[in-house]
Amino acid sequence: MLAKRVIPCLDVKDGRVVKGVNFVGLRDAGDPIELARRYDEERADEVIFLDITATSDKRATAVELASDASRSLHLPYTVGGGFRSVADIRAMIAAGADKVSINSAAVKDPSLITVAAHAFGTQAILVAIDAKRVPGSQDRWEVYTAGGRHATGIDAIEWAQEAAKRGAGEILLTSMDRDGSREGFDCALTRAVARAVDIPVIASGGVGCLEHFAQGILEGEADAVLAASVFHFGELSIREVKEDMARCGIPVRM
Amino acid sequence: MIAVVDYRKGNLKSVERGLAACGAEVLVTDAPEGITAASAIVLPGVGAFADAMATLEETGQADAIREAVAAGVPFLGICLGMHLMFEGGEEHAEGSPVRGLELLPGTVGRLPRLDAAGQPHKIPHVGWNTVEAADEVLFADIPQGSYFYFTHSFAAPDSACTCGRTTHSVTFPSAVRRNHAFGVQFHPEKSSDAGAKLLQNFVDLVKG
Repeated sequence: MLAKRVIPCLDVKDGRVVKGVNFVGLRDAGDPIELARRYDEERADEVIFLDITATSDKRATAVELASDASRSLHLPYTVGGGFRSVADIRAMIAAGADKVSINSAAVKDPSLITVAAHAFGTQAILVAIDAKRVPGSQDRWEVYTAGGRHATGIDAIEWAQEAAKRGAGEILLTSMDRDGSREGFDCALTRAVARAVDIPVIASGGVGCLEHFAQGILEGEADAVLAASVFHFGELSIREVKEDMARCGIPVRM
Repeated sequence: MIAVVDYRKGNLKSVERGLAACGAEVLVTDAPEGITAASAIVLPGVGAFADAMATLEETGQADAIREAVAAGVPFLGICLGMHLMFEGGEEHAEGSPVRGLELLPGTVGRLPRLDAAGQPHKIPHVGWNTVEAADEVLFADIPQGSYFYFTHSFAAPDSACTCGRTTHSVTFPSAVRRNHAFGVQFHPEKSSDAGAKLLQNFVDLVKG
């Protein structure tokens, strides 16, 4: 049976991991490759590198990271952030990334999904959606772009459906309401999107404790769960998370 | 020397490095002569069946592979590379299936979304899944129940050549073999220790 995935996400700026990293036994806690190798050894199912400075003049650093990762990792990895064109995506995949995550550029020009999926296969194209609950609503969320700074007026569920129709292979869904809150995933949002599309959904934003991972799968109906700081700070290990998920009856790869 | 066939559909580095880590001499090549001269052939791949086959035929790579495999040269197809081993594929094909390498019988088709009970499953089938393996060469010393990394929307047809099975919406062939021609649906180069061992088994077979 297909295992539910646990995915650590590394925010990278100028080739260095940002957000505090407090991991015992790392020579260089800011080195994204060393941290990713550690997760590889702990049997993380994938790793996502999110290049948060990936503006056009800094593309070279991110491409170099993808290339280093392909030499060092034995698990699939995604690089996200700052893609504007098919040429940007091609450079990243040629450097060794298994998948790219596109966000703002896809909202601005949805045909980028179609073209990229045709050129590199749907399995290589992950569409990231940052969604925020519409005030006063129980079941509507709005898509934000530019790292959460720009409200688009687009409905998150409709956007997920369009992305899937255009050839996205997965949706990386971040709840802006929960991101950084440590209150757990927005399971209502995750479930709404997971039920609306046929492609896998990765839940992101809000993990604060062990139980939240299983909740994302069981209540949010996600196919994979993503977290950053609880792993980087060494609060939880991948193994602990998977053991808890297994106790809840969720299939995991130990 | 193992030829990794480059048909310009992206990333071959992981496969190249995975084989090299097993002690193989590896040549990434897009030339039919490179394929003909090799002691083994690896056909990796992501992307679409029709596009890949068009490139393989145009460049003469397809015929070089067919001749080498007919002459008994060990072959390993990975993911799309496994699909291409079959007679035909429906992926991105307009109307009738596109002709494949025809090393194995049958047509590659879309993995169904619904299981036998009518329950929906996510497609593409992405992530780690187990293989019920029945091949003592490719899966030697790999524990039953080991997980491998999959990412695909199409699946190979069942035949007498199936030597590994995996279940998502349906049970489909995840490993195939005819003589020294092998194919795997998952990505051994992305599948941690179990995947590395599988590549090692193939390299050991090539080295004799």
